[in-house]
Amino acid sequence: MRKMWRNMLLSVSSLALAAGCSSAPTSSPQDQAKPVQAEATAPKQEEKVDLTFFYPVAVGGPLTKIVDDMAEQFNQEHPNIQVKPVYTGSYQDTTTKIQAAVQGKNPPDVAVMLSTELFTMLDMDAVLPLDDFIAKDGGSEYINDFYPGFMANSQTEGKTYSIPFQRSTIVLYYNKDAFREVGLDPEKPPQNWDELVEYSKKLKKDGRWGVEIPTSGFPYWMFQAFALQNGKNLMSEDGKKVYFETPENVEALQLWVDLAKKHQVMPEGVIEWATVPSDFLEGKTAMMYHTTGNLTNVKSNAKFDFGVAYLPAKQNFGSPTGGGNFYMFKGIDESKQEASWKFIRWMTEPERAAQWSIDTGYVATRKSAYETDKMKQYVTEFPAAAVARDQLEFAHAELSTHNNGKVSKAFNDALQSAVTGQSEPAAALKKAQEEADKVLAPFNK
Amino acid sequence: MGKTNIYAWLLLLPSLIFLILFTFYPVLKTLVLSFYQADLGSPEPFFIGMENYQRMMEDDVFWKVLKNNLWFALGTVPTSMALALGMALFANKVLRGKGFVRTAFFYPTVVPMIAVANIWLFIYTPEYGAISQLLQWLGQGQINWLGDQTFVMWAMVIMVIWKEAGYFMIFYLAGLQNISEEMYESASMDGAKPWTVFRRVTFPLLMPTTLFVMVIAVTNSFKLVDHLVIMTKGGPDNASNLLLYYIFETAFSFWDQGMASALTIVMVVLLLLLAAFQFFGLDKKIHYN
Repeated sequence: MRKMWRNMLLSVSSLALAAGCSSAPTSSPQDQAKPVQAEATAPKQEEKVDLTFFYPVAVGGPLTKIVDDMAEQFNQEHPNIQVKPVYTGSYQDTTTKIQAAVQGKNPPDVAVMLSTELFTMLDMDAVLPLDDFIAKDGGSEYINDFYPGFMANSQTEGKTYSIPFQRSTIVLYYNKDAFREVGLDPEKPPQNWDELVEYSKKLKKDGRWGVEIPTSGFPYWMFQAFALQNGKNLMSEDGKKVYFETPENVEALQLWVDLAKKHQVMPEGVIEWATVPSDFLEGKTAMMYHTTGNLTNVKSNAKFDFGVAYLPAKQNFGSPTGGGNFYMFKGIDESKQEASWKFIRWMTEPERAAQWSIDTGYVATRKSAYETDKMKQYVTEFPAAAVARDQLEFAHAELSTHNNGKVSKAFNDALQSAVTGQSEPAAALKKAQEEADKVLAPFNK
Repeated sequence: MGKTNIYAWLLLLPSLIFLILFTFYPVLKTLVLSFYQADLGSPEPFFIGMENYQRMMEDDVFWKVLKNNLWFALGTVPTSMALALGMALFANKVLRGKGFVRTAFFYPTVVPMIAVANIWLFIYTPEYGAISQLLQWLGQGQINWLGDQTFVMWAMVIMVIWKEAGYFMIFYLAGLQNISEEMYESASMDGAKPWTVFRRVTFPLLMPTTLFVMVIAVTNSFKLVDHLVIMTKGGPDNASNLLLYYIFETAFSFWDQGMASALTIVMVVLLLLLAAFQFFGLDKKIHYN
C-alpha cells in the first residue's frame, strides 16, 4: 500500500515536471536518478554526460540524416558523452523553441541558431561566452582559422559567443543552357545591376522568368546584398542603430520593384523562398538569388548545365553572410559545458567542415578546411563550390540588432509592401526606419 | 453531510486541478502581466499600468490585424454556415449513397489544419499549383494568390469555408433529425410549397442549432492560426495577419510578453462580447420546442 502511494506521488511529480512547472533547471527526474547510479557503478570522471542538441534545417536535401549521422559518429568516438540531436524545424522555429526553453529554465545544452540571434540571446542572458574554452583548446590559432566574415556576428565587446557552423552567403545561380539559347556567353554571368536587367530581359520568355529573388521568410537578407553592393550595411556594429532609409537603399528597392513591374522579368508579388530553387531546377527561371547552402541540392538535381557566380555589383560586390552557429547555454553544469565544447570542437574540425560543405553546399567555415585533400579535390572537380568562399572577401555581417525580431519584421513588412506595390520604396523604407528607431530607443539611452 | 462533501470534492479534484492550472491561473497571470513591461530589454518585469494598451492603440499593425480578423469572420462565418445548412438538407434527403455523401462533406473536418494548409498551399502556388495549371490550360495569366495583398485574404477565406462547412453540417444534420415528421406531414396536408415549409417550419426549428453553430464559427474565426504559420506567416506586409497569430508573433518572435498579454486580454474581451451578444441578443428570438 505504501509503495503504491509512493509510486503515485512519483508519477504525479514527474508529470508536473514534464508539464514545465519545474523552476529548478537541475531537478529533472533523470538528473535526480543519475548520481545514485553513477556512484554505485563507476568513479566520477567516467560519469556519462547526456547532451541535448537543437538544430534547424533551412535548405533542401537530407540534412537531418547527415546531422544525425555526425552525432552518432561523435557518440561512438566519445563513449562518455551521448549527444541527442533534436531537429527543431526552421531557424525561426528553433529560435522560438530555444527562447521558450530558456524562459522555462530548461535550455538545451548546445544548439545551432542563426548567428544574428546574438544580441537577443545576450538580452535574455541565455548564452555562455566561449573564450575560456577557446583559450584552453587551440586559442587564437583555432579561432583565427575561421573566416572573419563569419566571425562578425559571433563576437561583441571583445567576447566570442558562438562558433560558425552552417554558414552561407548569397550567390547567383544561372542556367548556362538558357544563356546559350539566347546568345549570351555562358561563362559571363551579369557583373552589375545594369547587366542583371539587360540579361534578364533577354532570358525572359513564355514560361520562364529572367530572374527570381525570394521575398518571403527573410527578405531583409536578400535586400541586404543590394544595400552592401550600393555601399553600406544596414546596421551599426553594436546592433543599436539601423540605416534603412538611405538614398542608396531606395535605389536598390526601386530596382526590385522595377524587375517585376517595369521590366517584367521577375514574378510580381511575394516570391516564396522555398519554391525559388524548384523554379530554377524546373527551368522556370533562368537565374536565381539564393543561399549557397542549396548548392549541393542544385548540383544533384539540375538536368542542365548551370553556373554559380558572385552577385552582380553596383558600387562594389557584396553579400551578407548568413546561417547558423553553435551556441552553448547558461544554466548547464560544468561537465555538460565541457562535453558541449568537445562536441562543438569536433563538429568544426577542418576535415568535418570540408565534408559538411561537400554534403550540403554550405561554405566550410575554416580556411584549413579548404587545405584538406578532399576539399581540394572537390573544388578542382566542381569549381562552383569555391565561389561563395571567394565572395567572402566582399561579405559583411548579417542584419543583427537588439530586439532583432521586431526590427527585422518592420523591415520585412516594408520590403513586402513595396514589392507588392502597396507603397513606394521611399515611403516604405521611411516607415521601417521610424519603427525600428522606436524599437531600438530603449537600447540607445 | 461532511463525508459526502469530501467525497464530492475528491471526485472533482482532478478536473479542478487542471482547470486551475490551465485556465484560471493563466488567465489571471495574463491579466496581471498585461500591466507589466516584460520583454527582452527588461530582465525583471516592472509595472507600467496601461502603457501596453496605449502602445497598442498607436500600433498600426494591431489595427490592421483587427480589421483583417473582422473581414475574415465576415467572409467565413455566414458563407460556411449557409453552405453547411445546404449540405445538411441535401445529405438528409438523399436516398442513395447517404454514407458516401456525408463522408464526402465531412472529410475536410477530419484532416488536421496543418495538412489542409499544405494541400491548399499546393493549390495556390504559382506555376505548379492546381489553380495555376488550370489557368494555364485555359490560357489565362497567373495569379500569385498568397503573394499578393489583394488576393491573400480571399484565398484564406475560401480555404477555411471548405474546411469548416462540413463540420457545421454535422450539427445541422443532427438538428434536422430532431424535427418530427408530423410537422412535415401536416404542412404537406395544408398544401405548403417546399420553400414555405423551409421558411416556416425547418428554419425556425433549426434556430437553436444556428445560434450554437454561429457562436462556434465566430470563435473559430478568431482562433484559427495554424494555416498562417504554414502558408503566409501573416504576409505580405501583414495582409493576412490575424489577431491570434499576431499574439503568437509578439510573444514568441519578439518575446514581448507584456504586450502579448495585453493583446490576449483584448481578444478574450472581444470574444466574450460577441458571445454575450449572440446569446442574450439573439436567444430571445429563438423558439425552443
